[in-house]
Amino acid sequence: MDAPRVTIASPAPRAVIARASGWRLAAFRRDRGATLAALLLLALAAGAILAPWITFHGPDEADNAMRYAPLLSPGHLLGTDQQGRDMLARLLWGGRISLLVGVAPTLIATAIGLALGMLAGYARGVTDQIIMRSLDVLFAFPMVLLAIAVAGTLRPGVSTEMIAITIVLIPYIGRLARTATLSVVALPFIEAARAAGGAPVSIVLRYILPNVFGPILVYATTLMGLMIVVGSGLSFLGLGVQPPTADWGAMVADGRVVLRRAPHVTVLPGMMILLVSLLFNFLGDGLRDALDPRRRRQ
Amino acid sequence: MSSADDVVLEVRDLRTRFGAAHGGIVAVDGLTLQLRRGCTTALVGESGSGKSATALSIMRLIDPPGAIIGGSVRYDGRDLLSLDEIAMRHVRGARIGMIFQDPLTSLNPALSIGGQIAETILAHETVQRGVALQRAVALLERVGIDHAASRAADYPHHFSGGMRQRVLIATAIACNPEIIIADEPTTALDVTVQAKVLRLLHDLQQEMQASLLLITHDLGVVATMADDVAVMYAGRIVEYADVDSIFHRPRHPYTQALLGCMAGIEDDRQAPLEPIAGAPPDLRALPPGCRFAPRCTQALGSCQQQEPALQRLSATHHAACLRLDAMVDG
Repeated sequence: MDAPRVTIASPAPRAVIARASGWRLAAFRRDRGATLAALLLLALAAGAILAPWITFHGPDEADNAMRYAPLLSPGHLLGTDQQGRDMLARLLWGGRISLLVGVAPTLIATAIGLALGMLAGYARGVTDQIIMRSLDVLFAFPMVLLAIAVAGTLRPGVSTEMIAITIVLIPYIGRLARTATLSVVALPFIEAARAAGGAPVSIVLRYILPNVFGPILVYATTLMGLMIVVGSGLSFLGLGVQPPTADWGAMVADGRVVLRRAPHVTVLPGMMILLVSLLFNFLGDGLRDALDPRRRRQ
Repeated sequence: MSSADDVVLEVRDLRTRFGAAHGGIVAVDGLTLQLRRGCTTALVGESGSGKSATALSIMRLIDPPGAIIGGSVRYDGRDLLSLDEIAMRHVRGARIGMIFQDPLTSLNPALSIGGQIAETILAHETVQRGVALQRAVALLERVGIDHAASRAADYPHHFSGGMRQRVLIATAIACNPEIIIADEPTTALDVTVQAKVLRLLHDLQQEMQASLLLITHDLGVVATMADDVAVMYAGRIVEYADVDSIFHRPRHPYTQALLGCMAGIEDDRQAPLEPIAGAPPDLRALPPGCRFAPRCTQALGSCQQQEPALQRLSATHHAACLRLDAMVDG
């Protein structure tokens, strides 16, 4: 049995609902790591969005007299790169692209992959075969190669990069969603829901989705960090953003030739990628725990 | 078993196959059964005799490649087996409620208790979610959950097994069904909890004047709950009678043997229980003739050749045995 509980005197269903969702937020707040991660990510996103207004230098503004300025140089808090461009400004501007490329395609691919995976896992039969074999075709190509192929057929740019990454991710998430769906569908409560007359749509949305969402969410958040790197790779190959505009990955690539002379040019954007990946992971764990009623208490 | 207008649901010659057409097994093979209004029919038999398959067939929840391959299920002037899927969905949960064996896994862990009951109401009636939740709270009270209003927001893992079974019962009766099918509702519960849950089920059934199809292998439960009893063996009904006849005048050797396996508190402890020798037949390789013959102490040579049909012994008593004359009052 559970800990002693407080009884609410007035039986108002609205309060019941409010309590249920209130718990969710409270549970998330109780998770200090996840809350901190969420706040840091918000701060980073705010910095990226507000970049034009909070930086003293343009991202592409080269100052030849100030090349290779180290950290904490006057006027350049995080130093400059080999062309004398302000690192702080470039990191914030680059974050606009990197965060967008990391987050948006992953979210879109998660939505599509979840829908396809759940449909395949619940419907089985021919539908399952058609969906999964189609995804297998995409799956057969190495991730980066496929992204290059997709991006190569479109005009280079941020939107191309995002489309390519979305397509690349769908089979990964679809597959996981299908597997998770299969294991949930085998549980007796699905049969009970069918015996209670539940329509397929409501069974999928109310019974399967909440039970597969947790693992998918955690997986998706781990992918966000990885996708920042893939996006950078595409930029590096000239299929994503074009120089002098740079995302974090492109900055790493740029800096690697002067790694010995000015390590901060490479290390700073590299650390941003690492930090954001980690933060997304913490956030994903926290969200999963907050969404799963079995983990919610204590 | 009684006049036609009393019969709420009539199963006739039901045949259900598990697995593919080739290599599958026929789990229910020519089953005929009637549910009378406001009465409890117990479906008894060993594990694997086709009891649950019968319940799932009535609900049309047999998953492919398994299929219902014959017979009819008449309800409300229609054959449920020929309804389209959408019409069938309006029968499930609304007209026929079902309670499953394992309360621990039969509730959605990610949905609040009140939410799940409301979900069933919303599937069948166009009411506001708030109204459905209010009714869910009332149903929880009705099945004996204390502080129902606040507990409705709790999740299944906050509930004990017995309470979860009460929640399942609440879900099954949410739309006032005419028929309740309970598939071994107490098997997973403690004995003390079992009695309470059965009591609840019985009271609700009486109150609602619903027909209850109670699937169980516990003859003690049958004796206290049932009006009619159907004894199943290897996918067929071997004896079908009112509860008194089954316990006092069983005519089929299998029924007699089952009663011999039953431990009673008042029994003479010196008389040992008599287990039935052998095991139920492999449905893939059924013996010729009577399916019970290989384990039957009364079997003759003719039992191995001819499959007995269900014979009418009286208005309320049917049995399928070639040696019925020899089996009087076992």
